[in-house]
This record gives sequence, structure tokens and C-alpha cells, in this order.
Amino acid sequence: MSAASAEHHDHDDHHGPAPGWTRWLYTTNHKDIGTLYLLFSLVMFFIGGGMALIIRAELFQPGLQMVDPLFFNSMTTMHALVMIFGVVMPAFVGLANWMIPMMIGGPDMALPRLNNWSFWIMPFAFLLLLSTLFMEGGGPAGGWTLYAPLSLQGGDSFAFVIFSIHFMGISSVMGSINIVATIFNMRAPGMSLMKMPLFVWTWLITAFLLIAVIPVLAGAVTMLLTDRYFGTSFFSAAGGGDPVMYQHIFWFFGHPEVYILILPAFGIISSIIPTFARKPLFGYASMVYATASIAFLSFIVWAHHMFTVGMPLAGEMFFMFATMMISVPTGVKVFNWIATMWRGSMTLETPMLFAVGFLVMFTIGGLSGLMLAITPADIQYHDTYFVVAHFHYVLVPGAIYSIMAATYYWMPKWTGNMYDEKWGKIHFWVSTIFLNVLFFPMHFVGLAGMPRRIPDYSMQFADWNAVASIGAFGFGFSQLIFVYVVLKCMRGGEKATDEVWEGADGLEWTVPSPAPYHTFETPPAIR
Amino acid sequence: MNTLRKAHLVIAGKLSLLVIGMFGFGYLMVPIYNILCDITGLNGKTSSVAAVAPAEVRDTDRLVTVEFVSVVNSSAAWTFKPTQRTMQVVPGQTYNATYEVVNLTGKPAVGQAVPSVAPSSAAKYFNKIECFCFTHQEFEAGGRKEMPLIFFVEEDLPRSIDTVTLSYTYFDTGEKPAGAADS
Repeated sequence: MSAASAEHHDHDDHHGPAPGWTRWLYTTNHKDIGTLYLLFSLVMFFIGGGMALIIRAELFQPGLQMVDPLFFNSMTTMHALVMIFGVVMPAFVGLANWMIPMMIGGPDMALPRLNNWSFWIMPFAFLLLLSTLFMEGGGPAGGWTLYAPLSLQGGDSFAFVIFSIHFMGISSVMGSINIVATIFNMRAPGMSLMKMPLFVWTWLITAFLLIAVIPVLAGAVTMLLTDRYFGTSFFSAAGGGDPVMYQHIFWFFGHPEVYILILPAFGIISSIIPTFARKPLFGYASMVYATASIAFLSFIVWAHHMFTVGMPLAGEMFFMFATMMISVPTGVKVFNWIATMWRGSMTLETPMLFAVGFLVMFTIGGLSGLMLAITPADIQYHDTYFVVAHFHYVLVPGAIYSIMAATYYWMPKWTGNMYDEKWGKIHFWVSTIFLNVLFFPMHFVGLAGMPRRIPDYSMQFADWNAVASIGAFGFGFSQLIFVYVVLKCMRGGEKATDEVWEGADGLEWTVPSPAPYHTFETPPAIR
Repeated sequence: MNTLRKAHLVIAGKLSLLVIGMFGFGYLMVPIYNILCDITGLNGKTSSVAAVAPAEVRDTDRLVTVEFVSVVNSSAAWTFKPTQRTMQVVPGQTYNATYEVVNLTGKPAVGQAVPSVAPSSAAKYFNKIECFCFTHQEFEAGGRKEMPLIFFVEEDLPRSIDTVTLSYTYFDTGEKPAGAADS
């Protein structure tokens, strides 16, 4: 205790944020960095979304109308890279920065200087990545998975793509080390591991996943780099390598990455549903164990992404059953959320609308995932729009909705003002309707055999593609409502109370709204 | 304060070791994959070492179809074709086959063939006593070669397999024979 209060006095020299724009450049405050991450993510969301709209505009009709095929391919590639590494991951890290110290009663992140670096690498990484679009030969166009040998045959911008992925990886790994150190060392006395809010738990597990697999991705892309420029033959059959090996290494990273993109969302939903159902979370311990099981299983299912490369039957069976096993812990989570709502005094404010929307539509995506896990069926579905529909259902109404739910839920705490409830609800309903218009038809064209990543398609898919494109533009533009609500809330509005939500539970609701620049410099007492 | 700072550094240090270890593990997957493929024939790769012809054949009635396939990698200017499309072989007996290569690149070049067997479960039963794929071939501009292959299919080949496809991909390895002029 005496050590903690000594630190307290050191900090008394600087109370609030430094004036001017250098505040943001030099900041080591977890709230400032959280804000930076979230705003960065929002900007990238519109860049990646713009790319998606170019894709959907081209696919509105069969034939080639808008863009040439190479540019189309670089749009699908960049859309994925931007949305995964530039939107979902930074948004979760931003939320972790803002919320984890407040949730565990710590004064800041464990390694504040590292935290500043983690963020400021990101804008440069994405500047590097996006600049490849304007280079000779265009941006990467071989798909975000960068499969060799196709990815090695593009323009010379390839080296920039690899370096930007290295930078993103360094940022994620530093952020994760920081989060683990924070959770292990900065908890208020009495905050035992099994008392931590689930958002903290899911992030702890996510951080370990990131630390374990991002270096594998770094290794895989480094092998690509040396294959291309330094004469190695990891993936070149002529030199004794094997392109299929790239897929194994990539998906050893890639599948845990999928759960990196969704586990923090599970934590957010586990915070929001109890608040608005006004009941404690059903089955807290089982939620923790389910999260850990999902994380463990994510390491042994990677080859379900490559059922068509020609694996021995035993291998296909193993990966099929291991994949299906993931639906058990995921099912535990879904049923726990439903049980939490069961006979609760539910109200449907915007965060809860997004949480319930998550629950319903994420489950649709999970179900189509289960269909894809079936090896013989997957050979038909592989690389069709059915796969596109599947992963967009788990990522958009899954990861993205959870981020929006979190924003509406905690924004009053961040800004001190209530957001505009009417426009929040309009945002939810308009988004949800257009989202389903956008992604649901993709199931149909996928089952009928429309391949993904192709700028042109057969006449028979025309109708549903036109419908999907209308949904895409509707969904894209309805996100401007989100920007409006966020900006309005930042500028003012009805003052939020400290507790904000009637049924809210957790340390973050015990500090004033807006949360002061420094919170919990003296650790709170935990019941 | 110092104890807390030390605790942070200990965790950060341990996790950094994990990061370095996992980076190394990514590279370790390369030999692991190759060994697994050698054992199981997972990727359809056949042995790149010359096999020894079997002594005697137990079952001369069983026939297996061997199909010969050829591919020239990406846009390399070569003609590469098997001189026979299929052969009926008795497992355990040795056979001769040939592939024909023409260098159309207009300059001296070196090529290399890489074999693959489908279904992959047949790969470890497909043995080559002599194969052009064991070495590089050097060509003059417009040079043409008939390249030999001596192989046998092991008698242990599972009964469920009655067709084995042998596919060669021909790569222009880009090297020029020693002494060739730069172009």
C-alpha cells in the first residue's frame, strides 16, 4: 500500500491533459490513447467501407462496368486488411485502453510509454499500406491471405505491404503485452481474477492469443518477403518448397485471429446484457471457461480453411470434428446470454438493441460456420459467396455491432453526456435492415455457386447481387448516423449521471461522468 | 513503485520471450511440415532420392493405370509434354517413360521439373529409379531434350487405388549455364 501511495504523489505534478495538439502525440494516458484508437478505427471504418462500396458497385450488375479487374482484386484485398487490422482490432484495443484500468480499479495501463508507441505505429502502418494503391503495379491483389505463389507475382508494392503488416503486428503485440501486464499487476486489492468483469477476462485471453499467433504471421510474411526478394524457396516448388505449406502456416495464425476478432465482443455483450436485463450475468464461471476453451480449440482447427487442398481423410475428419467442437463453448455462451435475459426487467436502449442484434445475427453466422465445417459440404461451399456471407455475419453484426454497442454503452461515461437515444435507435434499425439486405442474399448466390473475389459473374446471380448492392449502400450511408450521434454526444447533450444506467454494475460506474483524466489513483475498495 | 515496475518488466520480459519463441515456431513449422509430408505423402511429393528396383513381383495380374500430366509454371516459354499419356503397369515391375522439353525462351536457360502424385495417399508408393526431376537441365536457345524416367509402383499400394496421376511442373529456374552471355 505504501508503494502505491508513493506513486500517487509522483503523479500530482500533472493533473490534466497537456494543452495543444502535442497532448495527443506525447500522451501516455490510457483514456487519451483509447480515444485515439477509437477515432483511428472510425476513420478506417469509412475507408474500408468505401472500398466495400466500390466492390458492391462493380457487382451491382454482371459484366465489367466500374473498375478494372486488378483494381477490383486489390479492393477486396485491402478491404479485408483495413477492416481486420485497421478497424476491429484497433477498436477493441481502444476499448481495452479506456475500460480495463477503470474496470479493475487501476490508475492507468502498466506500460504507458509502450502504449503510446503501440498506437502511433498504426497510422504509419496504414499510410504505408494504403499508399501501395497509388504505386506502379497497384496494391496487393491476391487476397488478404496473401497466398503464395499468387501474392509473389504482383507489383513491387509487395514489400510495402509486408512491412506494413510487420508494423501492425508489432503494434498489436506491444498492446497485448501491456494489457496482460495491466491485468496481472494493476488490479485493485481484492479484485481476484474470478471477480474481474468478463470484458477484462476475454481481453486477457485475446491478448495471449495475439502474443502467440501474431509472431507466426510475421514469420510467414517474412518468408514471403525472402522468397520474393532474397532467393529463398519456402513456398516455391522449383526450389523444393511447397505453396500449400504457406496456407498451413498462415491459418495457424489465421484461425486464432478469427477469435481475436470476436472474444472481446463476447466480453462487451456480457457486460451490456446484464445491465439492461437488470440481472447478474448467468453462469459467470462457465463464461470464463468457455472463452478459454474457444481460445484453446482455435489452435487445432486451422486446416478447415483448406479442406480442398488435398488432405488425407483422417486429417479432414480431425479438423471437421475439432471445428464442430467449438460450437459447444460458443453455445454455452449464447445460452448464458439468453438465460441472463430470461425473466429480466428488460429495456431496449440502443446498446441493448445492438447487443440483442449481435446475439441473433452472430448466431446466424455461427450456424453457417457449422455448415462450412462439414468437410464434404465445404468442398461445394469453398470460396463461394456462402463463405463471404458467413464471415460477414460474424464480423459485421458480430464484432462491429459489439463495438457500436460498447460505444453507445460507455460513451456517456467518456463524454459526460448522454447520446441522442432517438437517433441511436434509428441507427440500429436502419443498419440492421440494410445489413440483412446486404448479406443474406449472399447465402443464396453462394449456395448456387457464385465464386468470391471475382469482378464479373454469371447472369443467374444478377438479381440477388443487385439486392445486396442496394443493401451495401444503405448500410454504408446509415453509418453516417453513427458519426452524427458520436459527434453530437462529444459536443454536448443531456448530462449523464455517474451511474449512467440504472442496472449497471462495475467499477467504471463509480467514477464521475465524464471520467476524470486520472481515475483510481487510490485503489477502490472491492466488496 | 519499484516493486510494481519490476513486476511489469518481468511480465513484459516473459511475454517477449514468448513472442520470439512463436516467431521461431513459425519457421520451425517448415521442417515439421516437410517431415510430416515425407512420412505421410501429404502433399503428393514423391521421394527425391533414387529408389532400388524391387526383386520379384508377387501378383502379376493386378493392373494400375498411371497417368502422365505436365504443366509449365506461370508464363515460362517452354514446351513440356509427356510422350505417353497413360500406361498400364503391374505394381512391382519397373517401367520406362519419357517427357519432351523444348526451350522456347530464345536464350540458354536452366529448367527443373517438380513432381507431384495424386491421390496424395499414393505418393509414398510411387518410386523413381531414375528421373530427370533429380537434376537441373541446361538448354541452348531452342534446345530440345527427351528426358527419361524409370519408375515402379510398390505392390503395397492400397487396393482401393487403381489410377495414379503423376504430374510434373516445369520451372524456369532463371539461371544461365556457366559462360553464357548476359542478355
